[in-house]
Amino acid sequence: MDNEVAVATGDAMEHVEYVESDANPSGDTVGNVKSDDAFISAEDVNVYYGDNHAIKNVTLEIGRQQVIALIGPSGCGKSTFLRCLNRMNDSIDSARVTGRITLDGEDIYAKNLDPVLLRARVGIVFQKPNPFPKTIYENVAYGPRIHGLAANRSELDQIVHTSLERAGLLKEVKDRLDEPGTSLSGGQQQRLCIARTIAVNPEVILMDEPCSALDPIATAKIEDLIDELSENYAIIIVTHSMQQAARVSQRVAYFHLGKLIEVDETSRIFTNPQHKLTEDYITGRIG
Amino acid sequence: MNRDTSISTRDKVAAGLRKRHRSELTFRAFGFIATAIGILFLAVFFWSLIAQGYTAFSQTYLTLDIEFSEEALAPGGQLDLEYADFDGVVRQSLRQLLPDATDRRARREMNRLVSIGAGYQVRDAIRDDESLLGTTQTMRVPAASTVDMVMKGNIDRTLPEEQRTASDRQLAWIDQLAEQGRLEMGFNTALFTNGDSREPELAGIRGAVMGSLYMLIVAIAVSFPVGTAAAIYLEEFAPKNRWSDLIEVNINNLAAVPSIVFGLLGLAVFINWIGIPRSSPLVGGFVLSLLTLPVIIIASRAAIKAVPPSIREAALGLGASKMQVVGHHVLPLALPGMLTGAIIGMSRALGESAPLLMIGMVAFIVDVPAGFTDPATALPVQVYLWADSPERAFAERTSAAIIVLLAFLLVMNLTAVILRKRVERQW
Repeated sequence: MDNEVAVATGDAMEHVEYVESDANPSGDTVGNVKSDDAFISAEDVNVYYGDNHAIKNVTLEIGRQQVIALIGPSGCGKSTFLRCLNRMNDSIDSARVTGRITLDGEDIYAKNLDPVLLRARVGIVFQKPNPFPKTIYENVAYGPRIHGLAANRSELDQIVHTSLERAGLLKEVKDRLDEPGTSLSGGQQQRLCIARTIAVNPEVILMDEPCSALDPIATAKIEDLIDELSENYAIIIVTHSMQQAARVSQRVAYFHLGKLIEVDETSRIFTNPQHKLTEDYITGRIG
Repeated sequence: MNRDTSISTRDKVAAGLRKRHRSELTFRAFGFIATAIGILFLAVFFWSLIAQGYTAFSQTYLTLDIEFSEEALAPGGQLDLEYADFDGVVRQSLRQLLPDATDRRARREMNRLVSIGAGYQVRDAIRDDESLLGTTQTMRVPAASTVDMVMKGNIDRTLPEEQRTASDRQLAWIDQLAEQGRLEMGFNTALFTNGDSREPELAGIRGAVMGSLYMLIVAIAVSFPVGTAAAIYLEEFAPKNRWSDLIEVNINNLAAVPSIVFGLLGLAVFINWIGIPRSSPLVGGFVLSLLTLPVIIIASRAAIKAVPPSIREAALGLGASKMQVVGHHVLPLALPGMLTGAIIGMSRALGESAPLLMIGMVAFIVDVPAGFTDPATALPVQVYLWADSPERAFAERTSAAIIVLLAFLLVMNLTAVILRKRVERQW
């Protein structure tokens, strides 16, 4: 699939007459990869799937209480980069990550770091809503339960209620917490997955195209939710919707063929992109 | 696009429609015929089985007036209930009913009308209650299988005498006894309460049923935990490389190994090397678990593979450890499939006889096994043993044993289906 995309975007490159000597010969990212109050920082990250070099020399800092949107054409590596941040790539045998990623100064690929602890601190919401085939209550209670976050039943109840409330779902499901999570609508299921993630009280939330399977109304609800959550969490969201990136994020990172082409403040990216590829993408000439 | 082709899409599709419909119709007809043939064979199988076997569930009983006198029980003198002449008492009461048997040969023929089980019955009665001594009791004792066959019409009276198991004289006596109301048909309790016997009227399947039950307990206790653990390890934990491919191929091959080979392996390893008693349900169960392991592993792996990866990712993303992902999410969803695998494996184990022949479970065993190390046999082996017996009465008992075997299978599968329904979850 990646090869297919490479061919397709190769055509696009020809079309925009992009050559290596253009703009930045070294392939460095343009814009500003640094962030104030950096919480996550990636330095020279490379990801390989077997022989496939999926991420090439990506350096990026992400601040506390910041929403950063990762955009780019399909197969450009933005989801792969996202999954590096909580080591979800570990379960793929052929995946290999080099470089250095730190969370609050701590190397997350260090030998003595347990991915279980990392994932409790860096939560993830997936593209397709994937509630457990259990009750709504059990879905939200699962994280706190395995991590032992609640001392007793009433504390657990409290966590479940607050999480559902913050995910904007409590009103809709209050009276049917013991019904299966899979009985909810698509948008509700995705908010349930968000509630499940924030129930663990992580420091960072990763979102991998969380609205791609949802209708505009459900999408609007999730976007409102991201706004609210950004007060407490660093949020990294992969999206295909430029409008969504413009609405929810403070910074935007544009990926192309595994390279991080440009990072800057959202307003600057959409009004005055520095790199030709970024401009072509946001104006709809690549994608 | 270019619309101005000479034949439009509509005409092209319409031209091919009839052919498509015809092929669908042909296939449906073929499928229907195949199903009908299958059902027909099944019906014939059940009909012949039940028609052959149902008579085995009833048995002819003879009503005798038994005289529990000291002199009849101990013709030589001192009465000892260990060695008394119980058969003699039975013969004596039969002789009173049929006084025309005077010479030795006639008496011997007459004695063959009653089962040797009658003597045992008399012995048990007097041992249970010694106050019977000196009284005369009316007892219902099993008739010999020859009588039973005559009563059931399985012996052709028109054949010349030397080709019949019942002589002319015996036939006359049977008619005489029937006229007196001394012969009656009753439910064949011996079939369910006794172990095997050389006398058809005393032979039962209880020993074989218990043997099969003990073996299945051992087999499920060994193969289900081992099989599911292996499947979980191979699917969830083992690295995918050339070694795991090799293991996978070998497990699949193992499932196709002829079962008698497992019997030889069991003989060599379990009996000769480890020293488990031969003919015991324990060794039988171990051999059967070797047989069912590949089936359970393959089915369990398929069930684990069928759990959507999104569920695993969701749990991993929340910070669940690998073991928690498996225990909390994968296993509950895969359990119905694993149980199905176990049912298929156990059904196969219940029907196996070839490997059991190798480990001595084909022996003639009269006692009902009381534990895992007692000598035992199994239902399919019992079927084989009875099918091999020359007595006419064993033919119907063979069919009856098959019916019981199928009923056993049905009960087992039904339990498993109910169990599976209970653990199955809604998505």
